[in-house]
Amino acid sequence: MGGEFAPAPAEEPILAGVGVVKRFGALVVLDKVDFAVASNEAIGIVGPNGAGKTTLLNVLSGASQPSQGTVRFRNIDVTNAGAAQHCRLGIARSHQIPRPFGGMTVFENTFVAATAGGNRKGRDAYERCIEALELCAMLGHANRRAETLGLLDRKRLELARALATDPVVLLLDEIGGGLTDGEAGQLVETIRELRRRGIAIVWIEHIVHVLLQVVERLVCLDGGRVIADGRPEAVMADPAVIGAYLGQGVA
Amino acid sequence: MTPKMPVSVQRWTPTSVAAIGVLIAIVVALAFAPFVLGANAIDKLITLYIYVIIAAMWNALAGYAGLVSVGQQAFFGLGAYAAIRLSNAGIEVYSALALGALAGGLISIPLSWFMLRLRDGEFAIGMWVVAVVAHLLVVQDKLINGETGTSLRALTAYAANDRRAYTYWMALGAMVLFLALIFVLLRSRLGASVQAIRDDEEAAAAVGVRVLRGKVIIFVLAATGAAAAGALWLATAISFQPATYFGVQWSAYMIFMALVGGLGTFEGPILGALLFFLVQDVFGEVGVWYLVGLGLVAIFFALFMPRGIWGTIEDRFGIRLMPVGYRLRLPDSVVLAAKTEEDAAAGS
Repeated sequence: MGGEFAPAPAEEPILAGVGVVKRFGALVVLDKVDFAVASNEAIGIVGPNGAGKTTLLNVLSGASQPSQGTVRFRNIDVTNAGAAQHCRLGIARSHQIPRPFGGMTVFENTFVAATAGGNRKGRDAYERCIEALELCAMLGHANRRAETLGLLDRKRLELARALATDPVVLLLDEIGGGLTDGEAGQLVETIRELRRRGIAIVWIEHIVHVLLQVVERLVCLDGGRVIADGRPEAVMADPAVIGAYLGQGVA
Repeated sequence: MTPKMPVSVQRWTPTSVAAIGVLIAIVVALAFAPFVLGANAIDKLITLYIYVIIAAMWNALAGYAGLVSVGQQAFFGLGAYAAIRLSNAGIEVYSALALGALAGGLISIPLSWFMLRLRDGEFAIGMWVVAVVAHLLVVQDKLINGETGTSLRALTAYAANDRRAYTYWMALGAMVLFLALIFVLLRSRLGASVQAIRDDEEAAAAVGVRVLRGKVIIFVLAATGAAAAGALWLATAISFQPATYFGVQWSAYMIFMALVGGLGTFEGPILGALLFFLVQDVFGEVGVWYLVGLGLVAIFFALFMPRGIWGTIEDRFGIRLMPVGYRLRLPDSVVLAAKTEEDAAAGS
């Protein structure tokens, strides 16, 4: 695996969190996390519940600000730039629980993304939306109000909307959760296509075998710390990772 | 990947082009009303136009941008008050009315900085507080004579019939101007963005929407509209009693018209204003029970017909007279395939 997309270790990271600490009151959710993704790299993030995965994604996407540390995009400090600015720069995300704009049609959902985040206009924006919907198999639902969609279609819309913003980096939060094997297979195909287009992927997912079909690097978080980082097979065999999942002492 | 299919985006339909044509014809015909209709009918039409303005403005604010306010009477009152102050300062009376409307909108700019930090219920109640504070402050002005109020005396320099006709044209012009402004705004990229803010603020920011900017624009526009309505009300009533202008009943009317007509549809509030105008004409003298009745009807719609009359018609028949949204023209096979897949998923 990964042969098609060999990592380019020498490359500058396009998005990086440096020494990221996130506290909620006394609770330390991220504890000095260093994380970087290079352009066209695909990274999977795994870890038990409460490890801080989604919090890391929130910090990287600008939805929340770290208590300490910085976030850099193409070597510019974007720590406090805010979610909208992150998106405009090219950092798009999907939410773990899809958050469609319920009162708008599926097409209009992507249109907002293409015009606001992607800064496109008119026909150019339309084409981007149609392409994103087609890629996510949502074109047939384009005129439906988003609140009428089922869970699978909401997930697809979440992805299509993120794509319509023209991302350089795509942050995915458990977009494969709750899917059947067939549906997950389709999703893997879609995300491979995105990689072919040069979009870097950071993907949080519990279903590791799905993840491994796309990513060439795996990062494992536990208790707000990076406990393993490297080639997927090495990370999965790491005693610390096995310990984190199965409880201490097993390893 | 599937091959490229013929897909196009449709914004105007033949029905909607015809509807706009009819609408323009109606407006042109209405412009001649002062030459044809009697004083009573003209006064009623002015009232109707004012209702349309406040309903459409409240709908833009609440129905499209999700900013539910029960304090828009603040701007309604301030628009009228500013007109009185400006006229008193020696400005020609009709210019004073127009500038009064602008002044009401201007005040909303610094206000937005505070108010738009509040969300949902906090914003709604906060706006009510703004209206009450505005009322209390205006009453402090000696020119107003406390709650006794004053009147826009400069208007009485005009003969009654001329005055009525000028006010009528001002009201018609303001209604057309504000409806056109909202229409163009909602059809623009900003229109799609504010609807996204309404539905999910964080998700909107996540796709690049500048949330505060969108809210400020709609807030200021809605305030200017309410202030213009207040100034027009003053132009037709001449007298200014603070309690009438800053009363919370205006919010009740706005909510009623937008909710019954169809919140979040362009056409709905216009229909709602027309219905409210007719109801007001028939039951307006009944007093308190009339307000209770209005409340009950509004609650009925909120519970059982949340899309209002026009929204329900739109959903059922797919009619769009004044389209602000986007329709995709798709090959039937694409829609059918999506439907089949969904049915299969539901069946499994």
